[in-house]
Amino acid sequence: MAKTQRLDIVTPEKVVFSEEIEFIVAPGADGELGILPEHAPLVTALKIGVLRVQQGGKFFKVAVSGGFMEVKNSRVVVLADTAERADEIDVERARAAKQRAEQRLASKSPEIDIARAEIALQKALNRIKAAE
Amino acid sequence: MPSARDLRRRIKSIKSTQQITKAMKMVAAAKLRRAQEAAESARPFALKIKDVLSRVAAASGGASHPLLEVREVKRTAYIVITADRGLCGGFNANVLRRAAAEVRDVPNPAIIAVGRKSRDYFTRRGFDVAASYVRLGETIQFSQAKEIAKFVMDKYMAGEVDEVYLIFSEFVNVLTQRPVKVKLLPVETPAEENKGPKVEYIFEPSAESVLASLLPTYVETTVFRAMLEAKAGEQGARMTAMDSATKNAKELIYKLTLSLNRARQAAITKEISEIVGGAAALE
Repeated sequence: MAKTQRLDIVTPEKVVFSEEIEFIVAPGADGELGILPEHAPLVTALKIGVLRVQQGGKFFKVAVSGGFMEVKNSRVVVLADTAERADEIDVERARAAKQRAEQRLASKSPEIDIARAEIALQKALNRIKAAE
Repeated sequence: MPSARDLRRRIKSIKSTQQITKAMKMVAAAKLRRAQEAAESARPFALKIKDVLSRVAAASGGASHPLLEVREVKRTAYIVITADRGLCGGFNANVLRRAAAEVRDVPNPAIIAVGRKSRDYFTRRGFDVAASYVRLGETIQFSQAKEIAKFVMDKYMAGEVDEVYLIFSEFVNVLTQRPVKVKLLPVETPAEENKGPKVEYIFEPSAESVLASLLPTYVETTVFRAMLEAKAGEQGARMTAMDSATKNAKELIYKLTLSLNRARQAAITKEISEIVGGAAALE
């Protein structure tokens, strides 16, 4: 048996995931970082991106929209605004959101919030990427 | 003494009121459970973020950030959270009374009203309602809290307000809700709890930048929790209020039924004595 570490993925609305895992790759603010059990204590900001988690020899993906990760004593805590496992993502909805965001960016009307539309677009693209 | 017909009519009307209050009580009980669950599942995130924030703040050694900056207070903003609807006992009134007491001596306070009762109260009294959020629905979404938090953070960073407080009803238990005031901005970093040996953390990319992205989330979470507590409290208060309304209706029906029976008996007695009197007159 390989060594394992605990992974908790928590959003403001609920605890999404809380199980033993072997390895996790997270989209850190300064680039991706992989965490194995017994990693040194670490706190990092996360970008909008995909967590890749290895459990029982298999990888699965979780789409997160920014947040933080804390590592301590073989325990990884991911705090994210939203987190969805790849198999739970509604691809149709993500596609629709992507289209909406693109339209809003393309329309260039003064009352839209460009930064917000861009974030929405990124999140939608991220979901689609994770689901594929 | 009211006539038997009037009494019957009143009993009927009270009975239908009782049915309504009973139904509302049961609806509130179901919603209360859901609201409590929502508050419960938001707790791990809130605790964790507080935990991380205290550690990051300690490690960054007094790094400055606009949201931490304590300024001379020229203008104060209050986020007042109430329900959208009434019929929940003193729930809204208690929060509003507390809020009114707070703002009485404050020159030109800015009000951010959450909930219809709060908005109506402050607009009617001519306060400066900077923003209002009503009809937030039965389940509070984190995105709603985010929007409110963003609004006050923008105002704060633009220097339009120098302090922000939350006034809402804390959920003690189903029967008790307590209006409380919580300071939202500037953020007072929670003190680090000293448990065991101090752990040296690696901060990626740096303690300052983690702090910078952590603080807004912390503010959002605080607003979110307040909204969840208020929601649970509202349903608790409504359930209690509707329960006692149902009990009062029951008592009233009992009393009215008693006088109805008395009136009916009196009428029968009167009729008999009239017949007896009439028969006696014939002899």
